[in-house]
Amino acid sequence: MTSFAFVILAVAAVLGYSLNWQAAAAIRSGGARLHSLTGYHGSYALLMVLVPVFVVILLWIALQGSVVSMLTMRGLPAGTTDGLDDGAVQLILAEIRSLAAGRVFGTPEPWKLKAAENYVTLDRTFSILLLVVVVLLSAALIWVSRRRVSAAFRARQGVERIVSGLMIFCSLVAIFTTVGIIASLVFETSKFLSMVPLTEFLFGTNWEPQIPIRADQVAAVGAFGWVPVFMGTMLITVVALVVAVPVGLMSAIYLNEFAPRAVRAVAKPVLEVLAGVPTVVYGFFAVLVVAPFIRTWGQAIGLDVSPNTALAAGGVMGIMLIPFISSFADDALSAVPRSLRDGALALGATRAETMLNVLFPAAIPGIVGGVLLAVSRAIGETMIVVMAAGLMAKMTFNPLDSVTTVTVQIVTLLIGDTSFDNPKTLAAFALGMMLFLVTLVINVFALRIVRKYREIYD
Amino acid sequence: MTDISANHTGLQGTSSDVVAAGLPRRNRKQSLVKTFGILAIGFAFLMLFILVGSLVLTGYKAFTQTHVTLDVFIDPEAVPADKLPRGGFNDVLASALISHFSDVDMTSRTEVRAATKILSNGAQFALRDQVVANPGLIGQTVTLTVPVSDTYDQLNKDLIDRDTPEQNRLLSNAEIARFDILKDAGMITKPLNTGLITNADSRFPELAGLRGALVGSFWALLVCFVISFPLGIGSAIYLEEFAPKNKISDFIEVNINNLAAVPSVVFGLLALAVFIGWFGMPRSAPIVGGMTLALMTMPTIIIATRAALKAVPPSIREAAMGVGASQQQVVFHHVLPLAMPGILTGTIIGLAQALGETAPLLLIGMNAFITSAPDSPFQAATALPTQIFIWADSPERGFVSRTSAAILVLLAFLITMNAIAIFLRNKFERKW
Repeated sequence: MTSFAFVILAVAAVLGYSLNWQAAAAIRSGGARLHSLTGYHGSYALLMVLVPVFVVILLWIALQGSVVSMLTMRGLPAGTTDGLDDGAVQLILAEIRSLAAGRVFGTPEPWKLKAAENYVTLDRTFSILLLVVVVLLSAALIWVSRRRVSAAFRARQGVERIVSGLMIFCSLVAIFTTVGIIASLVFETSKFLSMVPLTEFLFGTNWEPQIPIRADQVAAVGAFGWVPVFMGTMLITVVALVVAVPVGLMSAIYLNEFAPRAVRAVAKPVLEVLAGVPTVVYGFFAVLVVAPFIRTWGQAIGLDVSPNTALAAGGVMGIMLIPFISSFADDALSAVPRSLRDGALALGATRAETMLNVLFPAAIPGIVGGVLLAVSRAIGETMIVVMAAGLMAKMTFNPLDSVTTVTVQIVTLLIGDTSFDNPKTLAAFALGMMLFLVTLVINVFALRIVRKYREIYD
Repeated sequence: MTDISANHTGLQGTSSDVVAAGLPRRNRKQSLVKTFGILAIGFAFLMLFILVGSLVLTGYKAFTQTHVTLDVFIDPEAVPADKLPRGGFNDVLASALISHFSDVDMTSRTEVRAATKILSNGAQFALRDQVVANPGLIGQTVTLTVPVSDTYDQLNKDLIDRDTPEQNRLLSNAEIARFDILKDAGMITKPLNTGLITNADSRFPELAGLRGALVGSFWALLVCFVISFPLGIGSAIYLEEFAPKNKISDFIEVNINNLAAVPSVVFGLLALAVFIGWFGMPRSAPIVGGMTLALMTMPTIIIATRAALKAVPPSIREAAMGVGASQQQVVFHHVLPLAMPGILTGTIIGLAQALGETAPLLLIGMNAFITSAPDSPFQAATALPTQIFIWADSPERGFVSRTSAAILVLLAFLITMNAIAIFLRNKFERKW
């Protein structure tokens, strides 16, 4: 039904184009001199129809579901939903909807069947109404733009105004996205904080996000202190950096200063391949190869190794970050002015001395920026830890132990059922909020360092 | 100090002597730095080698699948024509199989059941579909080639060691002996596993395939492209060519750079709260996945497009301006077509990243267990990376090699996409 609306829109837009084009062509063949080319007259009509009607259709589709649901719920017999909380009302609505979609389980109460019928009728009415609205609106817009065709009409300017409006809208999508992220996180987190006090979340040292299924359940109270989760994240991040920073920096130094052209030509693409491997693949690699390897060797020398160690997850994450750090460091080293390098070499420094005593210190700000971005990536990295790290939050600095991370908790809390009314699912948003804030601060800081450094030499 | 001067009795060493004395040490230091560099690069190479090597080693076996070919007599008593599609297809298969074994008592249900475990659970449905499509087969003997179940597949691929003591093995001696009877009779084949691509997901490893995931990923990427490509280009053109240099444009730029660095799981939270929670869009649907991926891909496309636009020399713009083109005509008629190869390269690389993205898809439920491929982007589906995640989590042994195989398929797609991007860049990009 709704796809039909798009068909009507397309037809209307083409119709508007050809009407305006013919009208403009007629004026021209009448001997008048047009301000704009006929094509612009046509495009003007096309855009005049396309843009507003498209927006209307999208809004209609986005809102139709909730409006129909609301009307259906309002049409229920009086008193049905009295005294029920939000969750129960949502449940009734979901049942009515599945009835409306033709999925009948058991024998539902007659009022539900009636409501489902009502739902179907309302839905169809609204869909037909959409088609009517689209036809009328398109016709009106075609008429308006057709009326504007005249020799003096500045169609090109009109088209360009609409196009630049569209481009400005495109640029604003980035802002909408940021606003959407912040709004959704803040909204759900505030709901979470109305159930769990902020101090407990920020300073609690216990993370056991379970919720009671029955009211009288033993040990029903969950604990929501994010400290152990954050410490697990930091532990894995540190392990990753211990792998990635030395390897990444050394390979950047080698590639930048010492590597023969042929080695560079091979090594750079290989590092890019390493950077392009999806994280889920790294996660499987950690589970399949690295974790058993660490466990076997750890036990061989008599260490107590848990099956999903922070070392495996962090180590594989470190491998993932090698190309990231290496390319940042390479860029930073290349950005050091040639004169510094030449000066050091002219004084008789070896190439290693030039690199370590002159170029590297000069490139430090850029490298630090890159490492910070790597930190923020490690904190936000999800799939490797979901597959290779543990689920239990533990306060430990032992990399052979199993720890959990912020992202692991977000994913495990939200996989499966998600109703937005219990602290368990909302806790995921609170963790997401913290994750967003921490990475944002690090990113802004890192980008500032990188940018500031560039300004010095440019 | 006195010691040093005492060493330099006689002729005072020239500065080049001092340098020469220090040189071996300094050269050693240089070669040390070099060695460390080579070690670091070597480590990265080694890791990539182990990564790909382990995936190929575990994955290649999933590209074949053990099948058994049976002559099945479709007994009209077990499968009455008037009751189709119901019928005792399992019994028909069982008697066809067990006729080869002397040690199985046809009257004992437990023994029969144990013996028919060789066949995949999907065998009876394959037979049923064949008979339903052609009811004339009832009463005749058909030759049927069906997959064997996962454990026997493992046995045939030597993944189950016959030398392990019987109690530690998944298969008993009798079971292995029965399988060997079939093998010796030439009924066991190991053809290319087309099911890996043509089947949708299944609980049974021997039946599980990537069709649903491939179609789901296709829809999600299509949605992602349709949304992010125009939005990204529009945004980049505005920012690069038209935006006044003011606080608002700066703010937008900072925003785009930050979005590029926001953890992917946060985009999943956004999609879950806004698209599914507030707009009521369907869970697990590729359309939601595609929209989420579009938001993540957009910064990549914007950055690539801006770089491509910047690379077009000003002389083109000036020439177009000179013959009286408006600012938009300059951009859309001259600059944009010249920048297109660069833009497409960036877009394909962005889409390749989106294809491998997993975390946000998990949060919107694209890790559901779905046994059919979606017909539209509005139906529940999985995607290639989430399918890998599901299989990696499955306990059945057969899924280990299938996960690796699925990863190899994913990597093949990524390499193809990147190769196309590089080809486009080399073929069409003009150096000015």
